[in-house]
Amino acid sequence: MIVQPVPPLLGGILVLAAGTYLFRVAGPLLGPRLRLGVRARHLVDVAPVVLLTALVATAALLEGGSAAGAARPIGVVVAGALAWRRAPFVVVVIAAATVTAALRRLGVP
Amino acid sequence: MRSLFRTLGPSLLRDIVLVCLADAVVGMSYGAITTSAGFHPWVPVLASLVVFAGASQFLVTGIVAAGGSLPAAVAAGLLVNARHLPFGLAMGDVLGRGAVRRLAGSHLLIDESVAFALAQAHPRRRRAAFWTCGVSLFACWNLAVCAGALAGRAVHDTAALGLDAAFPAVLLALVLPALRTAAKARAAAVGAVIALVSTPLLPAGLPVLLSLAGLLMAGRPHPPAAPEGATP
Repeated sequence: MIVQPVPPLLGGILVLAAGTYLFRVAGPLLGPRLRLGVRARHLVDVAPVVLLTALVATAALLEGGSAAGAARPIGVVVAGALAWRRAPFVVVVIAAATVTAALRRLGVP
Repeated sequence: MRSLFRTLGPSLLRDIVLVCLADAVVGMSYGAITTSAGFHPWVPVLASLVVFAGASQFLVTGIVAAGGSLPAAVAAGLLVNARHLPFGLAMGDVLGRGAVRRLAGSHLLIDESVAFALAQAHPRRRRAAFWTCGVSLFACWNLAVCAGALAGRAVHDTAALGLDAAFPAVLLALVLPALRTAAKARAAAVGAVIALVSTPLLPAGLPVLLSLAGLLMAGRPHPPAAPEGATP
């Protein structure tokens, strides 16, 4: 039997996919067996809030490791203010994109 | 299916549709950018199906297109996706019981589906929000990447549409209810500062993982249903 070599890029994508899936599936498969205490369960529950907030901060303020221009941060701050005042989700998201796009059209970086 | 939609209600469905539309435009641009960087269309299409994590997909094809080594690109992508481990730990019960639900649902663990689930108070709604958001985003993202890869340079400039602001705004709107609790807000604020300060110094993905140090400020659990005077 002749085994065709896997093209490198295909192999890379499959390794990334397998590794990513292992990260994802570890919690749902092992979680029920871990028998976490109340304190550990609390930390596990707060962890996504911390991670998502860090994603918001870096995605809003940074671009490739340095400060982003002003348009996107302002758009996200406007969205955050609207969300804090319990504006509907649709309004919040459209406001972020519209404010950022409008500022860029006005020449704000 | 109908009971799933009834659990969600029209406004949550509308919110999920909006996020699908925004992500579809980003997916089209991913397909278009990748193919115009010289990759064959199967590259973005396959990556989207089997990896299904936008940030790592952009990063990996970006590194390879810029002439970086493939192992370095894959390692960078894995680092960016390592946050799915703590997501999975928190979301295990949300996926549902049974091996099939857990194995299939794990592939749908993405920032948006986790955030939509977190924003719901009741377990039934959490589960419905997670699955609806995960399945619809999987469909939209992959169809959009296909379309972008085949159409070439369809929507190239997502910045002109302000869509780069939509992703953080979506997550912010969904985590904000949790941030009204003082202990969670403290932990999240400390974590965000750690991520921001460490980003210039560390490879992509690591700063967001380091934000977990903010959990030191997470305080103690307080069981909401406990009667007065009960000790936890």
